Parts: sequence; C-alpha cells; structure tokens
Amino acid sequence: MQPRGSILGTRVQRVEDPQLLTRGGVYTDDLVDDALASAVHVSFVRSPIAHARITSIDLTALRAAPGFVAAFTAEDLALPGARPMLATIDERFTRPILAAGTVRYVGEPVAIVVTEGYYQAEDVGELVDIEYDPLPPVVDPLAAGRDEVLLFPDVGTNTVCEFLPEHRDEQLFENCEVVVSSEIVNQRVAPAPLETRAAAASWGSDDRLTMWLPNQGAQTSQRALAALLGLDISRLRIVTPDVGGAFGAKFGADPEHAAVAWVARELARPARWSEQRYDNMLAMTHGRAQLQTVTIGGDRDGKLRAYRLDVVQDCGAYPAIGALLPSLTRMMAPGTYRFERVESAARCVVTNTTPIGAYRGAGRPEATAAVERAVDLFAAEIGMDPADVRRRNLLPAFAEPQENGSGALYDSGDYPAALELALSAAGYDDLRREQAERRERGDVRLLGIGLASYVEITGGGDEAGAPSENALIEVHPDGTATILTGTSPHGQGHATAWAMLASDELGIPIELITVRHGDTDLVPEGGGTGGSRSLQQGGAAVQQAARELADIARLRAADMLEANPDDLRIDRDRAAITVAGSPHVAVTLAELAGVERLFVRTVFTAPGATFPFGAHVAVVEVDTETGRPTLLRLISVDDAGVVLNPLLADGQRHGGLAQGAAQALFEEMVYDDDGNPLTATFADYAFPSAAELPMFQLETMETPTTYNPLGAKGLGEAGTIGSTPAVQNAVIDAVAHLGVRHIDMPTTSRRIWEAIQTATTNAEGRL
Amino acid sequence: MIQVEVTVNGEARSAEVEPRLLLVHFLRDVCRLRATNVGCDTTSCGACTVLLDGVSVKSCTVLAAQADGHEVATVEGLAREGELHPVQAAFRAEHGLQCGFCTPGMVMASVGLLQANPHPTEEEIRIGLEGNLCRCTGYHNIVRAVLAAAEAEA
Amino acid sequence: MIPAPFEYLRAHDVAHALDLLREHGDEAKLLAGGHSLLPMMKLRLARPTVLIDIAELADLDYVRVDGDTLAVGALATHARVGEAELVRAEAPLIAHSASLIGDPQVRHRGTIGGSLAHADPAADLPMAVLAAGATLVLEGPAGRREVDADDFFTGFFTTALEPDEILVEIRLPRRAGEPWGYEKFVRRSNDWAIVGVATVAGRVALANMGSAPLRAAETERALAAGAGIDAAAELAAENTDPVSDLHADPAYRRHLARVLVARALSSAPG
Repeated sequence: MQPRGSILGTRVQRVEDPQLLTRGGVYTDDLVDDALASAVHVSFVRSPIAHARITSIDLTALRAAPGFVAAFTAEDLALPGARPMLATIDERFTRPILAAGTVRYVGEPVAIVVTEGYYQAEDVGELVDIEYDPLPPVVDPLAAGRDEVLLFPDVGTNTVCEFLPEHRDEQLFENCEVVVSSEIVNQRVAPAPLETRAAAASWGSDDRLTMWLPNQGAQTSQRALAALLGLDISRLRIVTPDVGGAFGAKFGADPEHAAVAWVARELARPARWSEQRYDNMLAMTHGRAQLQTVTIGGDRDGKLRAYRLDVVQDCGAYPAIGALLPSLTRMMAPGTYRFERVESAARCVVTNTTPIGAYRGAGRPEATAAVERAVDLFAAEIGMDPADVRRRNLLPAFAEPQENGSGALYDSGDYPAALELALSAAGYDDLRREQAERRERGDVRLLGIGLASYVEITGGGDEAGAPSENALIEVHPDGTATILTGTSPHGQGHATAWAMLASDELGIPIELITVRHGDTDLVPEGGGTGGSRSLQQGGAAVQQAARELADIARLRAADMLEANPDDLRIDRDRAAITVAGSPHVAVTLAELAGVERLFVRTVFTAPGATFPFGAHVAVVEVDTETGRPTLLRLISVDDAGVVLNPLLADGQRHGGLAQGAAQALFEEMVYDDDGNPLTATFADYAFPSAAELPMFQLETMETPTTYNPLGAKGLGEAGTIGSTPAVQNAVIDAVAHLGVRHIDMPTTSRRIWEAIQTATTNAEGRL
Repeated sequence: MIQVEVTVNGEARSAEVEPRLLLVHFLRDVCRLRATNVGCDTTSCGACTVLLDGVSVKSCTVLAAQADGHEVATVEGLAREGELHPVQAAFRAEHGLQCGFCTPGMVMASVGLLQANPHPTEEEIRIGLEGNLCRCTGYHNIVRAVLAAAEAEA
Repeated sequence: MIPAPFEYLRAHDVAHALDLLREHGDEAKLLAGGHSLLPMMKLRLARPTVLIDIAELADLDYVRVDGDTLAVGALATHARVGEAELVRAEAPLIAHSASLIGDPQVRHRGTIGGSLAHADPAADLPMAVLAAGATLVLEGPAGRREVDADDFFTGFFTTALEPDEILVEIRLPRRAGEPWGYEKFVRRSNDWAIVGVATVAGRVALANMGSAPLRAAETERALAAGAGIDAAAELAAENTDPVSDLHADPAYRRHLARVLVARALSSAPG
C-alpha cells in the first residue's frame, strides 16, 4: 500500500505534452545546432534487385550535377561491417556497410551520395549507374533451408544457427488420445515508426564524434556504432533527440549510421541523413517472420499433455537480432499452460529479404501466437469450447517462482483469474449465444469470438549481466531537481513517470523535476528502453535513488539542525527535512543543496526477469459472402503488477492492442518470388487508421511482483502479445462451423473467403 | 525560382523558391516551423497535415507555389497567449499522444474535422481521421480527445 | 520523394491554359488539386518539365443546374462535390462517390476533373460518372466537344482527352429521387477499391474490374429484360478482365463483383 496522498497510482498528465502539442518535438531532422551548420546531406543508392553481383558502378555522371559533393562505394569505406550478434554464428555472415560485390536484398545500400541539400539528393542519386548480374534469389525460408541457392557461398549453407533440444523425445505424444499438428505463418511485418531513421554527425576539433541519433538506448547505440566504426567508445558521444517511435527497431546502430559518421569524417564537414519512408520500409529491420509447426496432444476430455514447437526463423539477408528471437520464442513456448512435456527447436536461415530485428514483443508474440492457435486447434478437434480447454489446462495461481519447463522462471501469476475476468467482461456466454443465433438464422455476417491467454518475459538481463539500471538524482539550490536515467523514452512518458517517483519520495513538485536521458556524456551507462524493462528497472532505480538521497539529506540536516538523524523525517509538503514533533524546525532540500551539492547515483538490480500475463478476448464479424472481417471489440486483461500511472499504462496497452490486431488483420511485408517488396509504401502496407479499429475495453488486474519495490512488471508489449492470436482466433472461430480450422495472418478478406470456399468444397465432397 | 507569399499563422512569409518546393518544406525550412513532420511521402500518413484556407490538407502534396496568396495554419499557431487550444488541451488530458510525431498533423486534422462537424460521433471521428496514421496510441485516446474537445467547445 | 525539377506556370483562364498547353506540348501537365499528379511526380513516375497550374481558374469551379443536367466545373473539389446540396439532391450517387475518395485532406484538394482525367480504374469517380451516364466537356484549340463517359475512359490511365485539351465540365443527368446503389470494397477506409460498383437508372458500372472503369453490360441487359437482382448480378463479371494484385486474384474479384452488384442493386430497388 502506498501512503495516503501519494501520487503513485494516479492519472498524472504528461509533462512532455505542452511542448509536443505547441512547438512539436525536436526530432533528429528538426535539430538546429551550431555544430551542424553547413552540414552535407547523405543519401543511399539502394539495390533494386534481391540477389545479384555488382559488375560495375559508374559515378562519373554525378560530378557535374548541381549540389554534388561526393559519392562513395564499398571500396572507399575501410570499415569492418556488422558482425553477427551471436558468437556461435559464422563470421562470414558479417554484413558490410555498403554491399561489396554482391547485393542480397532489395534496399541494400550500394553507394553513398552526398549533396549540399536534400532536394538534390534524388536528382544526383538517379545518375549513379550500377550494373548488376542477377543471381537466383531465395525468398522462402524453407527453400533457403534447402541450400540450393546460397547467399554466402563461402559459408556453404544458409543456416545461420540452430537451437535444438538436448535430446529429441520421440515419445512426446505417446499417451495422447488426440494429436493435432499445423503449420502456422507468423508473417513478416514492418515496425513502421512514424519517424523514420535519421542521423546527424559532427566531428569536433578533438577528433571526437558527436552523433545525434533516434534510438532506444544511447549507450547501446554508442557501443554498436563504435564497433562499426572501429572506434573506442570514448571518442564517440551519442545524443538522443526526441524519438518518433521505435518499437524495437531503433536499438543499436545500423550500417547507414556508420556511413553518415564516416562521411562526416571523410569530408571534414558535419553530415545529416533522414531517410524516406520507402527506404525505411526496405531497409529498417522487419519483425516476426517465423514459420512455425505446432503439434499439440492430449485427451478427449480436454486435458493437454504435450506440445512441440518447431520454428524456422527467417533472418533476412544478414543475421541481426532476428537470429536471437527464436531463443525467446522457445523459452515462452508453453505459455500459460501446464503440459507434461514440451519440446521446441528452431533454425535460423538467411533469405534475400530485409534483415529481421526486434519488433514490439520480439520473439514472445510468436510463442503466444503458436500455442494459442494450437490450443484452439485442439479444442476444435475434440469439439470443446476453447474457453473450457483453457480453463482445464492453465497453470493455477502461484506466488512463488515456478519453472515453465522450457527454461523460464515465472515470478508470479494468476492466469485463470485473468481469463475469467476477460471472459466475464466480454460477456462470453452471451456472445456464444449470439453467434449461435446468427448461424441458425443463416446470417451473412457471422460472429467470431477469439481468446488468448498469455504470459511474457520482460526486463530480462543479458550477456552484460543481471537486469539492472542506474539513476542519478540531484536537487538544486533553486528547489528544482534533475534525474538522469539510463532508460530512453520515445513516447512512454518517462519524464512524467520518473518525476512522479522522485516527487513521491522527496516532495518536489513534478513540474520542478527535469528528466534527462540519452546523452552518453551525461549518462555513460544505461540499458535503454526495450523489452518492457523501463519501469521495473529504470523506475525502480529512480525510486531507490530518491530514497537514498532522502537519507543523505537527513544526515546532512542532522548536522545543520544539530539533531539526531533518527528524529528527522522528510516533509513531503515542503520538500524539507524536519524534526519529528517540531515541524517548524526544518531545512529544505534546496537549502541543503546550497551548502553542498546534493545528489545520488545508484544502481538497481532485480533478481530476474518478470513475467506479466493476461487474457484477451476479440470479437469480430465476418461477412461470409465477401470474406471481409471487422474487428468489433477487443477486451484485455493485462496484469503487469502494480501500475504507476494508469494514464500511461492504458496508453501502452492501447498501442499494443492496435499493433497486435493489425498483425492479425492487416499488416504484412510481402515479397514476390523474385524478392521484390510489394508493400514498401504506406499506400500498400496496410497500416490501419482509426477507421479500422474499435475502442478497446481494458480490465484492471494487478498481481505484484516481489522482484522490485514498485511491484511492477513490464507493460509496453503486453497488448501486442495477446491480441494477435485473440483476433486471429476470432476470425477463424467465425467460420469454424463451416469446417475452417486455420487461416494464416493477416486474415484478409481474400484468405477468409478462400478458406470458406475450400471448407465448403471439402464438405460437399464428403456428402 | 519563383516568388511566393504565404500567410502562415497570420504572418506574411515571402520567399523565392524552387517551383518543386513542397509546402511542408516551405514551412519547415523557409519559415523554420518544424512541428509539421513528414512521415510517409505518399500522401498516406497525414503527419504533415496543416490547414490551407481553413481546411485540412497534406502539405507534402501541395507545392509552396500552390499556396502562394493563401493562408496556412500550423500547430504552432494554435495556442493563444500560452493557453492551449481546446483540441490541444484535450489531447493532453486524454493522453492522445505518445511519441508526438504524428501529433501536429493529428491535431490539425482534428481541428479541421471539428470545424466541419462540431459534434461528431465516435464513428465520424474515426472516419474523419482516416488520413492520419498513429503508431503509438491505437487511436483510442485520440478519438476520446476529439470527443472531449467537441464537448469543451460546445 | 521530391519531384524532379520543372517550370511552374499559372494560367489565368481556360484560353490562357490552352495557349500554354500548345506552347509546351508533351512536356507540360495541367495541375489542378495535384492529388493524382504530385504523388506520381514525387515517385518520379511522372516527370513533366512544365506544370500549368489551373487551380485558380474561377470559371471552372461551379455546380449549377442547366436544364435537365447538373453541370459541375472540372475544378470542383471532391469535398465540394460531396457536400454541395445541389449535387446531393440532383446527383446523389456522384456526391456519395466523391465523399468516399481518399480521406478528408485529399478531398479538400483533389478535383473531379483531375480524378477523371487521371482515370485510375480503381478510383471512385470514373466509375460513378460512367454509371451516371455523364457527358464530359473537353475544350481544345478548336473549341469544345462533348464525350460520353462510355467513350472517355479508353484504357489503363488513358482517356479520350487530347494532349492539347482540358476537361472543363462534367454534365450529369438530373436524377433527384431516383434510387441508386454504391459499393466500395476496401481493406482500409481510405484505400482504393479492390472492386467497386455504382448503379443508377439501370446502369451498372464497375471499378477495378479491368484496365478502365467499365459497364456490367450483361447485368444491365438482364435487368432490362426483367431479370431479378440475383440473376442479373450473377452476370456482373461477364466480359471483365480484372487484374491480379496483392489484394485479389481475378477469381476473387469476379466473385466480389457479383456479390457487390447484388448488394448495390438491392439498395437501389427498381
């Protein structure tokens, strides 16, 4: 319980908003800085072919073009490239900054064009004359796995890495009365933040680089960029302007970022880059892209016994974060269920497509989608209500950490309660009744109800160590305070949330607290914002720092007031230290800061990752004559422990729900057989608008974790994780009575109509 | 080069520009009003929405030359004497923005929507904002903000 | 996405625009609202070296009754066509069609003349004017001529407009009170139609069922011969040649045409 009067848990409006609403954010492309005066504009000439040898590059026509400054190819850049992120992956899969000799996907940068202004960049860029000798492309990951066409002939295989069980259990489904298996596509999607990638680079007279970069963690970007440039990180400062959304795809640094820094040095002029949407859709990492085979077994009475998940992960042309995603998918494979046996395996392959990276959820939505589809397939096979199959098999509530049989240690959870709350909030029985009535009446528009129960992992540690984050708080003599954080907000509202935490401890009004992040000179260490880690680690660190600062203040006040520290307490109404029982004897934090700098830097370390969970119910209408699906309702229970600011928490959930539903219904990066992307603009890529989505119905459930004093788990990705299979299951449920068992995502009108046709034809064939 | 004069947020701005200069870049680079963003290049996302002679347009698909002699309003001109416009205030109160990138365009589209239809239903707001994409909010709080702004302006 | 350089000229009236067109020939393009042309230019799929801006030709922005036709100036925006009481009363199909184009921002800039001259087979207005039995008035050096909508759309993004002509007016039969039907099948609200159907007065037009908007002639014949809606709609995809793309293959498009024609006719009984 929070003390009375605490602002924690209340809907505090964001301190970020006035600026964003009146002057707009200052994103990288908006920056005005003396260090960037007379910057050149960098752009990239990208491969129009999925797989080819570059036979010649002719740059002579450019030189006379207005605004031309310089042009470079791989030969000019002596940079090592981006090595695979896992030590176990063959180093020959290293990605060059610019394609050297071979292009491996449409959109791969081949040449750099530098112009005085950005209006000239395209004029000059189209004069670059590159000749290609096409190679056969491989787009389908299963075909890539057959190694008939090799992206890296030197390596001899397209398989980048494999994750296998220690021993494969041939008897996994031995005692199961019913075994169902299906192939499921978790399609490739584009993160599509509204702000594309950008950079601004300036080398100082001290030969030190300052790089402004939209990112999710300046310190991670600093390390990544230093590696790409072969620099010591001490010679590289990252500054993070406002960031217009990231969704996992702005972690680290990309080859283009290194190229911009290199150009600035080569030309001894500051350099800027801001990519167009078309380039962003081709060359920012994509997400998901798994082919899954699920096999699920159990008894006719609904008991689940065994589950197997086999994943083929499409990494795109170079193994980036994509090669790591299946590890998370495997770890979360059994989801919220109690299986007797679980087995999973994954194989990562390269294809002639855009590299795969993290996208909201990153590996966990894929796990949830697979198991939630599998449970529905099982329910359909035995003719049981999918809610009842779930009720029968969910792990019971637990407060002590529990192994999931797949390598994860769930901290706390009550999955049955989440499911029941979602079902009752949805009015599940009434929905089923309405569904039956529509079917009986022979309505054209049928109702589908889809469920998903989920658990995910947030705030895990990495190779760098245990899950931890640092924070620094300083109180200033004018009564204001500054917080430095290693997290890196890009819409989440940390400036508000971290100020709330400090204010709650110190009594300084949140308007007087400034939160700073993302400048590596100011905050040399930090884990950034991703994997839903920020509140449970970064927020916990801020609270811890504030408490430690209050302790220091009491000790100093004790000297000043000549009192026993044990008699002193913090008076949050005055941001002061007072003597118990004599409130008129007080010294403010500001006064203390006037005597000697008053600040604390601290590191909070959690015992482990937390496992938020929940349940989503989707209601869709399917027009059986056209196949058109319409999402009517989405009901969500997202239990991420104790909520700090419900306004912000709800916002995170809404956004996650929309992106999750969008994957189920709308979005897919599509390539033709030759590797040409067909959805490289927002006119083609089905990013939904307000007109395609309903209001979301959020239900509250808070099961605290003991892993941090806030009791908080991660919430940023939760909405995405449950909603995707809930919506997909709802679409399939709408037409399940016709014999449809599965429809891949996105569940477009066409796919739904075709599934109905196939099922109807099959039914007629059986007559 | 051609000479254009555009009244931006009530102030006459004239400049000699390339005929191909897009209105959004006239605002950003000539007028130094950088709240208006470019999000897509294909007239899809609406991040560049401003009012041209009082109605919403996508300034990435209007030439500065076409705006010559006309009036443009951007989000920078909405607040009066430090007082947020009702739509801005509602966006804040309802948490209708996160990263803020789509926000200037979304706010201007909402202002235009409410001028044309001061009392929209939820459905009319959703359809009315179909030309503005947001990746963060799922639109839930944006729609609520526009409903609240309509209420406040009533 | 920046257009290639061009010269920008502003026309004062139709005669001036025609002069400029003649002077600059194939290099020139007319610019009205620019919402078909500028996106193409930004993608550099269109590269006119001269743009003749006709947006300020006040003599082409009107909606008026002219005997038994409703005359709409080519520069009337979609917003105006969609909202004007006169259009809603006398040509409600056209008003409805215009109100579904793109999104509000697009409708504030895009013009009826621009959309028809662009002739996207998936667009709303070409299909709608075809169903409405409109006559398009073209003005060239030799004066004005009238072309039926049936003869105007000649192929994929091509029309009967000569390079030295301007589409100046759209003449619509007045159909106050006559039933009409409109179906636009889209993924997202502001997408182009995967298949579209417009029907009024026994005429049925289809969008995106071939390289140009076209009439469902067999359906119309069946209706004229007294067939029921379902029977007539079954013939909707006869003689169509729909494309295969991301959203639909020809078989699905033909199926949609049949379903949507039945729905459009059902909402427009008689």
